[in-house]
Amino acid sequence: MQDFGAAFAEAFALIVGLDAELVAIIGLSLRVTFSAVIIACLLGLPLGALLAVGRFPGRGVVIVVISALMGLPPVVVGLAVYLMLSSAGPLGVLQLLYTPTAMIIAQAVLVTPIVAALTRQVVEDLHGEYDELLRSMGSSRLGTIATLLWDARYSLLTAALAGLGRALAEVGAVMIVGGNIAHVTRVMTTAIALETSKGELALALGLGIILVCLSILINAGLLGLRRTAERLAYA
Amino acid sequence: MQVKALTFAVALVAATAIPAAAAWAEDFIIVQSTTSTQNSGLYDHLLPQFQEASGIEVRVVAVGTGQAIKNARNCDGDVLLVHAKPAEEKFVTEGYGVSRADVMYNDFVIVGPADDPAGIGGGADVAEALAKIKQSEAVFASRGDDSGTHKKELALWNAADVDPSSASGTWYRETGSGMGATLNVAIGMGAYTMTDRATWIAFGNKQNHRIVVEGDTRLFNQYGVILVNPERCENVKAEMGQRFIDWILSDEGQSAIADYTRDGQQLFFPNARMS
Repeated sequence: MQDFGAAFAEAFALIVGLDAELVAIIGLSLRVTFSAVIIACLLGLPLGALLAVGRFPGRGVVIVVISALMGLPPVVVGLAVYLMLSSAGPLGVLQLLYTPTAMIIAQAVLVTPIVAALTRQVVEDLHGEYDELLRSMGSSRLGTIATLLWDARYSLLTAALAGLGRALAEVGAVMIVGGNIAHVTRVMTTAIALETSKGELALALGLGIILVCLSILINAGLLGLRRTAERLAYA
Repeated sequence: MQVKALTFAVALVAATAIPAAAAWAEDFIIVQSTTSTQNSGLYDHLLPQFQEASGIEVRVVAVGTGQAIKNARNCDGDVLLVHAKPAEEKFVTEGYGVSRADVMYNDFVIVGPADDPAGIGGGADVAEALAKIKQSEAVFASRGDDSGTHKKELALWNAADVDPSSASGTWYRETGSGMGATLNVAIGMGAYTMTDRATWIAFGNKQNHRIVVEGDTRLFNQYGVILVNPERCENVKAEMGQRFIDWILSDEGQSAIADYTRDGQQLFFPNARMS
């Protein structure tokens, strides 16, 4: 397969050349993905913790549903968000379709169940350990949730990273709600899909290599940050 | 610390939301169009010229003709530029579009593997070629996605008096994807397929595939442009959309189309005048 060699050459040339268009596409990818993951964490962390600590009828069903939603197909999410945001849809007046905001919404929908489900597991395990202690301190439910989330923060980073990986890699949802419009809503994954359909396989794979490198850098950065924080905390 | 992280998160979300809000305050229109026009690079050539002349940014959503028409029916676009004349005329008759004008044409070709298992190379009668593909049960990759190219292909099977749907999954394989993706599949399977000439010329992964049938008048591929009806869709930017249509039909726009070449070959032939 000569394409693999050509792909690495393309990737290298792209990184060295670093033209403005590629930088803009990478920038938009990061902006959309990080915004979506932050929103997903703001929703998913408290939701997951609530499910871990709370006891209410139907809790088991909610846990199963949220776990199942981790496997939501991006195309389905894209379609649902498209139908909501379309001019003919209920939120059409907002005129958000084919904007980065629409892409952030779609990815937040995709990532929230992942963050919530993983948070639930992490917090529930921790709650088992802390339960008596917190109870003897007379901690309120809200206080318990806050304490558990805070003490589990290093493990919860993994939940956020899982969500980040999902958002950075998916193409189906952003393609439908963003429209892959040049200079407006084109991100790394939709650019890869476009180059593949143009038959520019080496260039497409080259972009893929850059995306993987980017993901490695982000993960290394965040995990490094976690290590430093952990060391300082326990020093 | 917790509060700080939260403030940071909120600030980040706010920072990303503001540019998005600013983006739709500018002068732009959305054109629902086809993969063939985008994949061939035509828009990268045309749109900067229009933006220079008018100050209007054109945002192209490139999907199959069927989906483009569906999106335009949902009012998610200002202009429709596709290639399936009967479907376009229906769109206008039903009141979704204001009127339709011819913009340009090129033609479809049948491409296939170099060993040509159906023995149709060099033919100029497309119906005869398709009948031979059926007889020899050589693999044929169809778009299968209700696009303009797919509609055309089905009409040609009809002309050849063959019902390929009964062979779906055997020698007739429906990819359900765009033109470029279908070409990749056809090349991977050593299959025949029908493509518009522009996408084929610009395509970067031809390998040993080549044009086997061309030149039949039935392979004519006409593109038309339609303004989405502002009476039905109040968000349509009718004035800017009409300016784009006027420009693409003007001498300036038409010669810009004619000027676009790949490997020294003209990909689209303007014909607004003739209509």
